[in-house]
Amino acid sequence: MSEQPPPPPAKTADDIKRDPLVAAAVARSNGAIVDAKEFAGEITLFADRDRIVEVCRAFKDDGFVYLVDLAGVDYSKFPNHTGPRFSVAYMLYSFQKNARVRLRVWTGDKEPVPSVTSVWKTANWHERETFDMLGIEFTGHPNLERILMWEGFNGHPLRKDFPIRGIDTGARIYPEVFPEGGGPKAGSTGKPANDVNVYKGEWKKYGTWPLAQIGGGTKPAATPAPKPVPKPVAPVVEEGE
Amino acid sequence: MFDVHEMEVNFGPQHPSTHGVLRVILKVDGERIIDAKPIIGYLHRGTEKLFEHMAYPQCVPHTDRMDYVASATNNLGFVEAVEKILGVTKMIPRRAQILRVMLSELQRISSHLLWLATHAIDIGAMTPFFYCFREREQVLDFFEAYCGARLTLNCMRIGGMPEDTPPGWLDDIEAFCAKFEGAVDEYESLLTNNRIWKKRTVGIGVLSPEDAIDWGITGPPLRGSGIEWDLRRAQPYEVYPELAFDIPIGKNGDTYDRYLVRMAEMRQSNRILKQCIPLIKQTPAGDLKAKISKVVRPPEGEVYHSIEAPKGELGYYIVSDGKTQNAYRCHVRPPSFVNLQALPALAKGHLVSDLVALIGTIDIVLGEVDR
Repeated sequence: MSEQPPPPPAKTADDIKRDPLVAAAVARSNGAIVDAKEFAGEITLFADRDRIVEVCRAFKDDGFVYLVDLAGVDYSKFPNHTGPRFSVAYMLYSFQKNARVRLRVWTGDKEPVPSVTSVWKTANWHERETFDMLGIEFTGHPNLERILMWEGFNGHPLRKDFPIRGIDTGARIYPEVFPEGGGPKAGSTGKPANDVNVYKGEWKKYGTWPLAQIGGGTKPAATPAPKPVPKPVAPVVEEGE
Repeated sequence: MFDVHEMEVNFGPQHPSTHGVLRVILKVDGERIIDAKPIIGYLHRGTEKLFEHMAYPQCVPHTDRMDYVASATNNLGFVEAVEKILGVTKMIPRRAQILRVMLSELQRISSHLLWLATHAIDIGAMTPFFYCFREREQVLDFFEAYCGARLTLNCMRIGGMPEDTPPGWLDDIEAFCAKFEGAVDEYESLLTNNRIWKKRTVGIGVLSPEDAIDWGITGPPLRGSGIEWDLRRAQPYEVYPELAFDIPIGKNGDTYDRYLVRMAEMRQSNRILKQCIPLIKQTPAGDLKAKISKVVRPPEGEVYHSIEAPKGELGYYIVSDGKTQNAYRCHVRPPSFVNLQALPALAKGHLVSDLVALIGTIDIVLGEVDR
């Protein structure tokens, strides 16, 4: 059995806030940083949602001029999670210190987060993507519209309650769904795609496709069992020919 | 005098110069662009949602398909991020590390060759297309000899590499490296001092360093604006600390400078490869995977790890819940998505044909933009 040195005592949140990398920026934020964590050598600071713009400006003034990434996470299926549903993470980088720091804010369903586009221009598309995928709204964003999904799409794909197989988007090519002279209906019914299944008989059968058995049309008459083919009989060869 | 007749033109998703399915709605006054609005999402395949439903090793082939032109670096970013969360970054065998660097640099050369070919042909120079693809075929042959695939490689595993080098592979790469310098000279002789090329690219899409940082630009566009920042030097990974290479930077931040930066990067990648070959020949053949369990179940936590992909900084933000074999959330930070944001700012006031040059110089791959 090897003698291992006792692991260093776990750092408390206040210790991490006092870490020289972030201490100045935390001080400038005036108490808006509520919690801190460290994992795999990376520092994560939790900020108060309503003061996030102020916190971001404080960090930008302290040298974290670069917003690397802005990501939303849906915590509704996280084991043992009691707290707001969504978290928005801001990954910052400082050229002078050559180090990264992460800021996180908690927010709930239908609770908007102030937008940081006034601090970094690059947050524009990142926030649009987070809105599109998770439904987190950002107040003060110049044009908060969907970016990866098409406009008129109902639903936010990266939420944990959005089915992996997708939802019915009304984009089927049947005349009942699309009016004469019209294209696909904008928007969607929102039902999971499994439930609206052509082969479960929910759709009328189409007269123009008599041979198709879409949606439980009449089965063709059972084909009669094939007549047994008589076994070929070897021709009798008469002896002596 | 003359009225401004604003016209809205669709630079549609089906277009040979958009390098994929990119739609740009242009407001033009004659040929001059007043505003450009890129619309993306035509190649959105739900990769991040899929990552949440697959075990970590199963996610690796999906990362190939994002930036399908440079898949080795996509793999590398994901695999390194998972290794960071597991805490096994120091346990990767040295031979596997050198092999990872070699594949990344070969991938960088291949990606930049494709960039040069398509950028030149969009602007109208057809010859570099054929010359670049001639070298690119040789690089794709190396990939095929190693992992069986030319484009979507799936050549890295969590903890190491799947296989050792095939026999004769290193000698072939050495022969390629000896000739590649001359090939880059050939491309430069066609374009660098060409009056028409210079007229089409000098002064187009000038990006100041402050704007570049504000827009979150990374990679050759950032270096073209004069900021000397490369993740292989700033936050090195694998065996990059031991290798000597320069970081080319530009002066004016225009398309011509970005072109020069990428040409110089090809030469530097060649230099790195030449240094890797003796290094890997010295390491004895042995284990290529760290001793980690086959079932990858990282502890609870979150990590952001990024590498220098050919297009810029490719980052993976992985949140693990400690209980399942799937990532709870794996967000990809694609360099092309972030670099493309700056397109409207760069294109204002230029001509429509300059827009084509700008899309080429930012070097986007829609698979990465849309995921």
